[in-house]
Amino acid sequence: MNAPAITIENLGKRYVIAHQGAAVHSFRDLVSGTFRRAGGRLAGRAVEDPRHEEFWALRDLDLEIGKGDVVGVVGRNGAGKSTLLKLLSRITEPTTGRIRFRGRVASLLEVGTGFHPELSGRENIFLNGAILGMGRSEIRRKFDEIVAFSEIEKFLDTPVKRYSSGMYVRLAFAVAAHLEPDILLVDEVLAVGDASFQRKCIGKMRDVADSEGRTVLFVSHNMQSVQSLCNRGVYLKGGRLVDHGDAREVTARYLADLSAVGSERIWSAEDAPGNQECRLRAVRVSGPDSANGIVSSGKEVRVDFEFHIERTPPAFCLGFDLMTSDGAVVLRSNHTDPAEPDWLRAAAGTHTWRCTIPAGLLNAGVYHVCPKIHAHEMYWIAHLDSVVQFEVVLDHGVSPFWNSADALSRPGVISPIFPWQAIPANTTP
Amino acid sequence: MSTQQPPELIIEAGRGEARYWQDLWAFRGLFYFLAWRDILVRYKQTVIGVSWALIRPLITTVVFTVVFGKLARLPSSGDSPYAITVLAALLPWMFFSQALSDCSNSLVGNANLVSKIYFPRLIVPASSVIVSLVDFLIVAVILAVMMVSYQYLPDWRVLCLPFFLVVAFVTALAAGLWFAALNVRYRDFRHIVPFVVQIGLYLSPVGFTSSVVPEQWRFLYSLNPMVGVIDGFRWSLLRGNATIQWDAFAIGILLVVLLLSTGLRYFRKVERTFADVI
Repeated sequence: MNAPAITIENLGKRYVIAHQGAAVHSFRDLVSGTFRRAGGRLAGRAVEDPRHEEFWALRDLDLEIGKGDVVGVVGRNGAGKSTLLKLLSRITEPTTGRIRFRGRVASLLEVGTGFHPELSGRENIFLNGAILGMGRSEIRRKFDEIVAFSEIEKFLDTPVKRYSSGMYVRLAFAVAAHLEPDILLVDEVLAVGDASFQRKCIGKMRDVADSEGRTVLFVSHNMQSVQSLCNRGVYLKGGRLVDHGDAREVTARYLADLSAVGSERIWSAEDAPGNQECRLRAVRVSGPDSANGIVSSGKEVRVDFEFHIERTPPAFCLGFDLMTSDGAVVLRSNHTDPAEPDWLRAAAGTHTWRCTIPAGLLNAGVYHVCPKIHAHEMYWIAHLDSVVQFEVVLDHGVSPFWNSADALSRPGVISPIFPWQAIPANTTP
Repeated sequence: MSTQQPPELIIEAGRGEARYWQDLWAFRGLFYFLAWRDILVRYKQTVIGVSWALIRPLITTVVFTVVFGKLARLPSSGDSPYAITVLAALLPWMFFSQALSDCSNSLVGNANLVSKIYFPRLIVPASSVIVSLVDFLIVAVILAVMMVSYQYLPDWRVLCLPFFLVVAFVTALAAGLWFAALNVRYRDFRHIVPFVVQIGLYLSPVGFTSSVVPEQWRFLYSLNPMVGVIDGFRWSLLRGNATIQWDAFAIGILLVVLLLSTGLRYFRKVERTFADVI
């Protein structure tokens, strides 16, 4: 039996959150706080600041990850996935417990970490390589391979700030894909970038995992990529381990838990997902005569996104994945799908945008809306799993054969009615 | 798979110390690349590029020479021309002030790295101080040219110059470490540091010589380690035409060592939370 590549024992991370009004980041607060605590100690009592609260982002985690395993970590936002990744990659220290690695570790939490816009592609390959832990000779050895992989030979001496966002991401990926650690920790970085290039990266990572016994830990919101890429799964919820084992079983359990969401989700100002530029405030699903999140397939389904823009992000793009209860993505829709003159304008302020899923498209079943807000091919603003769900009842059939029994057993994710016509015999080849 | 034992790494709560200095050595490549990046970027997309490193000290020298030397008629160091007196002081001062401000902002300026990747954080402020040496060398060349044109060449004492440079370097790093670490949590230091540098210019003998300071204040004034450094530069470069208050300078150096050791301790203590608060 091989020794596990990663052994995690009793791992925990506690954060102290400051509530509103508690500006711990100002120097005045430090000074006054120190005096207040000193005063309290003089008076012989412990002073607890009521404006601070403890919060365990991850707690009591015990886990062993075998050598050569490709492990997908799933869980809702705030489940502790990113915290786990940060602890494993040593960006932050654990509050309790220990982690033991056997092998060289590299982490990839973001593409192009440390890329400097003023430097050329060539210079950034060296810089980024060094940041990811490659030695100078190692980078020099792989340099040609990296350049070929990124497909940007012609622009190697152009500052990366002149790159298109696609070129930027390709170059960043190319460097990352040539890391050769024994253990690789990957965040959702593969989710941005064009699809063909994503496949190329995933393929490259897979080859290495298969042939060289590399251990990969992969945090993802995309159930399909977890199912297809990983052999093991880890499911976290509220900072604790819920389940681990076979990737398919774990994702199935996670998806079953997901179906407990309603047809409306509203966030308070404090925990609204997003960044300083834009925050999502609410998502609602409705139909013309829907109730309790049940819509009829014969009517359109409206998905409303309420969000606030503080300052407009570059290449702003709001959309969502429509996911079945098995985790398959039916489709992705972005507000930038139409021709550019028809895009909604994302000025600063609060907006509600509606996406209408046409009548007569979806088959019976439960569907999840997973909002995705990003700066196109650059970075994520909000990348959420299911926040609302709705159930479709099949009733748009116009055929007498399309009876209620058929409505439950009709195969397929979608059930549009397509035209049928007879072709005259002499025109068939 | 290879038969050799793979390297082991253990992360444990509250026990980051053991591997730290080992890691610092392992990440020396990153140290080199960060310094290299900052040097490359320094004068990119500026029209006259590196000339900025020439223009700033030259204009400052002219202004100080006119204001302090001609208008205020302050004495220069011994028989040296006033411009050379000023530039010999600007040489360490510009290095110190730039190193201190860069060092103080280094962690916040590299926030994207700190929050996304592990490395001993000490690398960032340390490499930023190294970068300031580049401008130091440029100013040194100006001074050399000026000394040749004034036909005022230094004697053997110039060999002591590296010692004073090391003191300036350590002073900048010691104060910079404190400021860099504090700046992560308290952005107030973004405003404090330029102010400290500005006041420091008047508390250090840059535009004038230490000889104009009244005798009864001389000791207190010389506790500022940069006073000793600047007097030391003048002494080394201007044929001994400057007096160093050695007793006060020694205390100043002790203060710097104290500042550096506490700064390192504080930096190490708060370093593990940088990624959480930056």
